[in-house]
Amino acid sequence: MHVTSAAKRLDATFFALSDATRRSILLRLARGEATVNELTSSFEISQPAISRHLKVLEKAGLIRRSRDAQRRPSAVETKPIADVVTWIERYQELWERTYQQLDALLADELKTRKRSQGSRS
Amino acid sequence: MKLEVTTPSEREIRITRAFDAPPGLVFECHTKPELVTKWLLGPPGWSMPVCEIDLRAGGRYRYVWRNDDNGTEFGVQGEFREVLAPNRIVNVEKMDGVPGEATCMASFAPVGEGTLYTLTMQFESQELRDGALESGMTDGMSLSYDRLDDVSREVSS
Repeated sequence: MHVTSAAKRLDATFFALSDATRRSILLRLARGEATVNELTSSFEISQPAISRHLKVLEKAGLIRRSRDAQRRPSAVETKPIADVVTWIERYQELWERTYQQLDALLADELKTRKRSQGSRS
Repeated sequence: MKLEVTTPSEREIRITRAFDAPPGLVFECHTKPELVTKWLLGPPGWSMPVCEIDLRAGGRYRYVWRNDDNGTEFGVQGEFREVLAPNRIVNVEKMDGVPGEATCMASFAPVGEGTLYTLTMQFESQELRDGALESGMTDGMSLSYDRLDDVSREVSS
């Protein structure tokens, strides 16, 4: 259950990030919240198109929109992106720590084998 | 970090890692129980009470890890499909309590005096692949959440 919901969440995140315009919007919002009007004027696309992109980003949990009915500014939500990064990072960290133990064993074995070769000759 | 984790396709995880020892020795450390139990121990506080390896095509293996504090056990088992010492191993692996199997292809390539180890794990579906990645993350939970905080701070700055 847990895995499924986490996987679905990641699917939504990756889908939202698969579009260049949405990534640009996200980068713009990373610098500070903005309203639909403000976004429309900085991107050369229509207001309905901006709204659609915002809806996708919001559904993926990448942004949150204020309840302020007049302006409804959007702001970046960092947790889903952090989740994507840390998923692979943590996996990597776990294995790296394990392989550092192997590094130590390899160094030991190389030393032992060199010594026994030396004593034989 | 010398280790690289990539996802070459939606059903795969690939790990590459360089070692400062020749392929023969790296291969032995992956296939001889008396050597495997010295390093494949998981997070701190875990031991590896079971490590059985019948290294031949059709031979089976079984690993069990135990949390020494609370006795929790976790295991994997599998069967070798192809064993070409010291360069290549293909096996299927099943984790206890996790649906599905993964096909694992390990290669030990000589690079100078050392070895480039590549492990490609192919799962039956993307969902199972993601589950494996996530379990890696869960195991890593014994690490602190500091990294998450750092990343969050970076993303939000």
